[in-house]
Amino acid sequence: MNNDRRFSLRVGAVLIFLVCSAALISLFYTPCDPYAIDAAQRFLPPSLHHWFGTDNFGRDNFSRAVTGARYSLFVASVTVALSCFFGVVLGLLSGFAGGIADEIILRLTDALSSFPAVLTALVAVTVFSGGKFAIIPALAIAFLPSFIRLTRSGAMRLKNLDYIQAAYVSGASTARIMFRHLLPNLLPTLIPAVVVGLSNAILAESGMSYLGLGIQPPTPSWGRMLFEGQTYLFHAPWETLSAGLMMVLTVLGFHALGESLEK
Amino acid sequence: MKKNFIRKIASAVLAAAVLLPLAACGPGGEASSSSSSAAPTSSSAQSSQASGGEFVFGMQTQPDHLDPFLAATADTRSILFNIFEGLVKPDKDGNLIPAVAQSYEMSKDATSYTFHIRKGIQFQNGNPVTADDVKYSLDTAAGLSGGKVLVADLAKMKSVEIKDASTVVVHLKQADYEFLPYLTSAIVPKGYTEQDTHPIGTGPFEFESYSPQQSLVLKKNPDYWQKDLPKLDKVTFKLESDSNALLMDLQGGSVDGASIANNVASQIGSGFQLIQANSNSVQMLGLNNSRKPFDDVKVRRAVSCALNPDEIISTVNFGKAVRAGTPVIPGLKKYFDDSLTHAYDQNTQKAKQLLSEAGYPNGFSMAITVPSNYTVHVDTAQVMVSELKKAGVTATIKQVDFATWLSGVYTQRNYEATVISVDGTTLSPRSYLGRYLSDASNNFVNYKSPEFDSVYKQAENEPDEDKRVELYKQAQEILSKDAASVYIQDIANLNVLRDEFSGFTPYPLYVFDASTIYRAK
Amino acid sequence: MKFYLKKLLSLLLTLLLVSVMAFAAFNLIPGDPAQLILGTQATPEALAELHQKLGLDKSMPERYAGWLLGLLHGNMGTSLQYSRPVSELIGSRLPVTAALALMALLLIFTVSVPVGVFSAQKRGSPVGRLLDSVTMLNISMPGFFLGILFIWIFGLVLHFFSPGGYVGWRESPAGFLRYMIFPALAVALPNIAVASKFLRSALVEESGADYVRTAVSKGLSKHIVLYRHMLKNALIPFLTLSGMMVAEIFSGSILIEQVFGIPGVGRLLISSILSRDFPLLESLVVYLAFLVVLANFAADLLLQAADPRIRVKP
Repeated sequence: MNNDRRFSLRVGAVLIFLVCSAALISLFYTPCDPYAIDAAQRFLPPSLHHWFGTDNFGRDNFSRAVTGARYSLFVASVTVALSCFFGVVLGLLSGFAGGIADEIILRLTDALSSFPAVLTALVAVTVFSGGKFAIIPALAIAFLPSFIRLTRSGAMRLKNLDYIQAAYVSGASTARIMFRHLLPNLLPTLIPAVVVGLSNAILAESGMSYLGLGIQPPTPSWGRMLFEGQTYLFHAPWETLSAGLMMVLTVLGFHALGESLEK
Repeated sequence: MKKNFIRKIASAVLAAAVLLPLAACGPGGEASSSSSSAAPTSSSAQSSQASGGEFVFGMQTQPDHLDPFLAATADTRSILFNIFEGLVKPDKDGNLIPAVAQSYEMSKDATSYTFHIRKGIQFQNGNPVTADDVKYSLDTAAGLSGGKVLVADLAKMKSVEIKDASTVVVHLKQADYEFLPYLTSAIVPKGYTEQDTHPIGTGPFEFESYSPQQSLVLKKNPDYWQKDLPKLDKVTFKLESDSNALLMDLQGGSVDGASIANNVASQIGSGFQLIQANSNSVQMLGLNNSRKPFDDVKVRRAVSCALNPDEIISTVNFGKAVRAGTPVIPGLKKYFDDSLTHAYDQNTQKAKQLLSEAGYPNGFSMAITVPSNYTVHVDTAQVMVSELKKAGVTATIKQVDFATWLSGVYTQRNYEATVISVDGTTLSPRSYLGRYLSDASNNFVNYKSPEFDSVYKQAENEPDEDKRVELYKQAQEILSKDAASVYIQDIANLNVLRDEFSGFTPYPLYVFDASTIYRAK
Repeated sequence: MKFYLKKLLSLLLTLLLVSVMAFAAFNLIPGDPAQLILGTQATPEALAELHQKLGLDKSMPERYAGWLLGLLHGNMGTSLQYSRPVSELIGSRLPVTAALALMALLLIFTVSVPVGVFSAQKRGSPVGRLLDSVTMLNISMPGFFLGILFIWIFGLVLHFFSPGGYVGWRESPAGFLRYMIFPALAVALPNIAVASKFLRSALVEESGADYVRTAVSKGLSKHIVLYRHMLKNALIPFLTLSGMMVAEIFSGSILIEQVFGIPGVGRLLISSILSRDFPLLESLVVYLAFLVVLANFAADLLLQAADPRIRVKP
C-alpha cells in the first residue's frame, strides 16, 4: 500500500468513525432536545450552549445535525444495499447469460439512467403511502444502473477466463458459476463502488429533501436542514452550514475510504 | 410553488369596513389612484411623483390561462386584473365603480340591469368598445351563445339585449339585488380568438409577452380611460417556483416588489416597505371526522386543547397572522364570531383527560398529511407535532405534492389529519360554512351534524339581517362545540416594495393593481 | 452499417421503454391536472368540463396511445398547464440547458486535464497532497449546495452577479454568459474533481507500464513521454467517463436550475411532474433519454476513433 492510499484510508476512517459514533451517541444523548421548539430562542448564533446555533424554530442545530446523521446514514446504507443486491444479480445475469436477457437488461439500464428520480420518488411515496422512508426504494432504483453496468462489465471480462470456462465444462450450474466463481472476483471493484455509492446516496437524499420528498420533518435530515435553512441563509446561515458541513465531511470520509480500497 | 393556488379570487365584494382596519397595518393603505404619494416612504415621500419607468413584481405562481374566461387560479386573475375590466370593477374599498360602463341602473324588481357604455372607451387594439362587444363578452362567459358556461357565477343571466350602440340591458332569470359584483367579468373584443396567447382588454396595461416559468410583461395602455393612470410604462411579473427564489430575487435586486410568505418577509433587509393585509383564508388542522379516532368528539376536543395557535403564529408566522377559532375569516367582521377564538386554549392536562375519557389514556398515533409546496403548512405541522407530543399524541408528518393532496385528501378524503388554508369564493359566510353541511361535496373533513344543517338552512332563508347574522354565529358555535376541526389563523398576506416605489393599493380581494404604483424620486 | 442499424434500434427501444415507464408512473401516482388548475373551489361540473376540454376523460392508455401516435407524426401535443404546444416549450428551454451543460463540459475539460496531469506529476509532494485534498473536498460537495454557497458569497455578499437576474440569450449574450458562469461552475466543480482524479490515477497507472519504463530508460525526456504517450492512452478511458458525465450534468442541472432560477428543461420537467402534465412529461423524458443515450454513443465512437483496437459493442 502506497503513501496516497494510507493517507486516504486514515482520513476516511477517522471521518467515518467520527460521524458514525456521533450518530450512535445521538441515540442516547444529544446536548439539547432536537425537537424542542422555542420561538424565543430562534436564530441564535453559535455559542457554548448551542455549538452550531439554533434554527428558525429555536431548535439546536448541533443536536439536529448529529441526529440527522443517524437518518441520513440509515437511508444511504439501505439504499446502497438494495441497489447493490439487485444491481449485482441483474448485472451478472446480463453479463454472463448474454443474449436476449442482456439486451433487455441493458435497455432497462439505459432507460433508468435517464429517468427522472423525482418521478420515481413520487411513485414510491404513493406506493408506500408516504412512509418516513419511502425515499429509499426510489433512490435504490436511481442507483441501480451504475451497479448493473459495473457488474456486467466485470462479468464480461471474467467469463472468458480459463477457470470460469473450466468450471463451465465441468458441469457447474450457471447460478453456481455466477455466485461462487464470478462474484468473489468482482468484489474488489464492487466494494469501492459501494462506498462511493453511500456518499452519493447521502447527496441524493438531500436533493430529494430539497423538493420535499425526502425524510419527513420534524425528523432531522441533512437535506431537509439545508432546505429549511436556505431561506435564512443571509441572516442566520448556521442551519444550512451545519448540515452542509456534516454532509461534506461524511461524503469526504466515504470517498477517501473508497479510494484507499480501490483495486 | 403556487403559494396562493388554493385561494380563488372573491367574485363578490366585501364591505368597506372589512378592508380599512387591515389596510391601516401597512403603508400605502391610503394611496388611491389620483392622490399623490400617501405612502410614508423613507425620505422623499412628499416629493413629486415621476411618471413612467419599469417595475418588476415577483410572484410564486404560474398563470394557467391568459384568456380571462378560462383563467382559474387566483394568481392568474390577480395578474389579469391589470389587462381586463368588466362593466364595473372593484375599488380599493371594496365598492364597485363603473368601468367599461359609465353608469348603470337596476330595474325596480331587480330582474334587469341597464348599462351605458363609457364614451370614447377603446380596447388595447384601438377599436372602440361597442354594445356588440359587451353582449358577445357576457354571452360567451355565461354560455348563452351556445357554448359552455365559462364563468359559473353568470349562470343566473337570461339574456343580454342591445338597446342602442352604447346601451345594453342584462336580463336575469330571477330577481337578484346583488348581481352587480358578477358583472366584473371581463369585456373583450367581439370575435377575437387569440385571447389565450395575446389577451386584449380595456385595462390600464396591455399585454406584451409571456414566457412560461419566466415572466409576463405588460406595457402601458396610453388610451386608458382613467387619464392619470397607469403611472408606469412597463410592468413585468417575474414568475418563480419557490419562495427561496423570490427571496433571492429581492436580495439580489432583480425584482422591485413581491408577494411573499411570512418567513421570507422576516429575512428582508432595509430598503423595502412591507405591506400587510389579511389573506382572507383560514388555516386549519382538518380532522377527518369519519376516521377513527377523530369520529369521537372528545378526541377532536382533546386535539384542540393540545394545540396553541398563538405559538404557531409567533413561531411560524413571526406574529403576522390573526387567530381564528372558526372557519369564517376574521375579516368578515359582521359574521366572525370572536367569542370562539379562545374556545380552546392550550391545556395539556385537559387534553389528556379528554383522551382517557375517550378510551385513549396512552394517547394514539396520527399522520398529518401536508402539501409539501406550502412551507407555512409544513412548518405549522412541525409545531403541531411537538405540541401534540406533550398531550401524549404521536403525530407524524406526511408530505405529498399538491396534486396528490387534492386528489387523495380533498377529493377522496383518504387521510387522518391535514393542514391547509381554506378560503371562500364569495365574501359571504356561506362560502366558509357551507362546506360543513352533511351532504356538501366539498365537506372534506366529513363533518356531519343535523343540528348544524338545520341552523345553516334557517340562516340561508332568513330575510332579517340581524337574525341571519345571529344564526350564522350559532352555526359557528356548533362547529366549535363539536370541534369539527381546529381553526388556527388567517395568515397575513404580505407584499414588499422597494423604497423608491410608492402607490401600492391593497384590495379586499386577491388582486395586484399595478396601475397606481409609481417611482417616487 | 448493420452496426448502426442495430444501435438505432436499441436507441428506439430505450426511448419506448422510458415512455412506457413514465406512463406506468403516471398510472400509479394520484393527482388530476384539471383539479390542480381549478383548485379547491372546483365544482364537479367545472371539473367534468375541463376534463373533456383537456382530453382527460379518456383513459390513461388511450391518452398514452394518442401521445405516441402524435409523436410519430412529429406532434408532441399540447401542454395541459401552459396550454401551448409542447414542442414550443421544449424548444425554448432546451438551448438554455444545453448551454449550461456545454459550459460545464467546457470547464470540465479545460480544468480537469491540466489539474489531472499536474497532480499526477506532483503526487506524493506537499503540493500534490494539497491538490488531492482540494479535489476530494470538491467531490464531496453536492452541486446544489455549491450553488447555494455561490449565491450567498458571490451574489449577495460580493455582488459579482445578481442572483435571480437571469438574462435570456437573445436579450443580451454577454449578460447570459455572465449569469450562467456561476451555475455552470456549480455543475462543473464536482465533475472536475471526479474527472481530474480519474485522469490522475489513469496516468499513474500508465507510468508503471512497460513501454513508459522502456522509453524513459532509452533517454526520452519525461515530458515527452508524458504528453506523447501516457496522456494519449490515459485519455481513452477519460472519454468514456465524459460520455457518462453528460447524463450526470443533465440530471445535476435540474436542481441547479431550481436553485439559480434558470428557465431550463430541468425546471420544466419538475413542474410537468408536479402538475401531472402528461404530454409535456412524456416528451421531456423521451427527449432527455435521447440525449443521454446519444452522448454515451458519441463517447463510444470517440473511443473507437482514439483507439482502433477497441471495437464498440452494440
